[in-house]
Amino acid sequence: MLEETGPEWLSEEVKTGTTIIAIEFDGGVVLGSDSRVSAGSSVVNRVMNKLSPLHDKIYCALSGSAADAQTIAEMVNYQLDVHSQKIHLIPFFLFLQSLHFIYYMSLNRHLFNGNLIGWQTGVFATLNGLLTRQPFAVGGSGSSYVYGFVDAEYRKGMNKEECQQFVVNTLSLAMNRDGSSGGVAYIVSIDEHGTEEKVILGNDLPTFFDQ
Amino acid sequence: MEKRCTDSQVKGVSTGTTILAATFDGGVVIGSDSRASIGGEYVSSKTINKVIQVHDRIFSCMAGSLADAQAVTKAAKFHLSFHSVQMETPPLVIAAASVLKELCYKNKDELQAGFITAGWDRKKGPQVYVVSLGGMLISQPVTIGGSGSTYIYGYVDAKYKPNMSKEECLQFATNALALAMGRDNVSGGVAHLVVVTETGVEHVVVPGDKLPKFHNE
Repeated sequence: MLEETGPEWLSEEVKTGTTIIAIEFDGGVVLGSDSRVSAGSSVVNRVMNKLSPLHDKIYCALSGSAADAQTIAEMVNYQLDVHSQKIHLIPFFLFLQSLHFIYYMSLNRHLFNGNLIGWQTGVFATLNGLLTRQPFAVGGSGSSYVYGFVDAEYRKGMNKEECQQFVVNTLSLAMNRDGSSGGVAYIVSIDEHGTEEKVILGNDLPTFFDQ
Repeated sequence: MEKRCTDSQVKGVSTGTTILAATFDGGVVIGSDSRASIGGEYVSSKTINKVIQVHDRIFSCMAGSLADAQAVTKAAKFHLSFHSVQMETPPLVIAAASVLKELCYKNKDELQAGFITAGWDRKKGPQVYVVSLGGMLISQPVTIGGSGSTYIYGYVDAKYKPNMSKEECLQFATNALALAMGRDNVSGGVAHLVVVTETGVEHVVVPGDKLPKFHNE
């Protein structure tokens, strides 16, 4: 290269080109994400955990600009923290308000996962401001490659282990095809007993016929 | 979310499409959807057949600009029939794929079309070849193409097994096409499937309402 502009990762924004997925089962939710953060064609972090806690039993999965996503998640975490001091149960409308806060910033996409004690369990997806509740949701650049797979494989009434396996398989397929997704898989399972975080290392991920 | 496809840059009628080909034990299945669109907004044909027979046991699916693809396949068909007369034997699948590749590579600046060529020949049995936009030729056991293919990479990776039976492979191909048509707005219509084996060629057309349905439909 003859230019003096320096390496592109100095000038490219850091993005979490990514694969994120959340799925609801009877009694809780499972969230999963990959771990690659890229700036242009350079991987700046290969082990980033994109599943961010908003509260004890509310997690969100980040995609888009890494800085924006992290900041928003921290802001919402703080808001929910402050309000939960006063009231132990987080009212549903407040949860929605904090999501609304994110739309006003009109940034990126987040997948939200809520398990509000005794009130609602659910996966909420925000797409540039649209809030929808779905039995499962996939997002990020890697999600395009697995739409067919999740459409075919999702069944209602899966239990927690089946959901976890479904999430791991989906992440693995997406990471194989998407250049901006890769690394390890982070899984978070939330149910009434608590929150469980797991990491599946690269070599432990499921493999498919061409590997 | 960005759509990763080159078809959306195509001028004129494009086969924003889903095509696939897969080998099974004893043959190949080639399939495509049937929608042709202009600019992703207007469906100019609901029932176009994108699987073209270039020789008795060799078929080709087209993706990209319809005009370019039709012109190239016509030229390839002529070339192949001449070739098979000269050689006094049916052409090899790789010969058909190479003919398409030559045309795509030599005219890469003008053309915007990619192909999947699949068939059966006596030398190597069932084969699938991909000729990409710039003229690269590779052989794979299963391959997908077109704008709708992005959505089924995960499904194909997970569900394809080498040496399936004919029925399993047909079901796999139908499911894959149905899933892609369900997510891609420029793929749709009916599913055209062709099964090529040593003994012959079988056409299967699955109309839209008979396609497999998945949980969200």
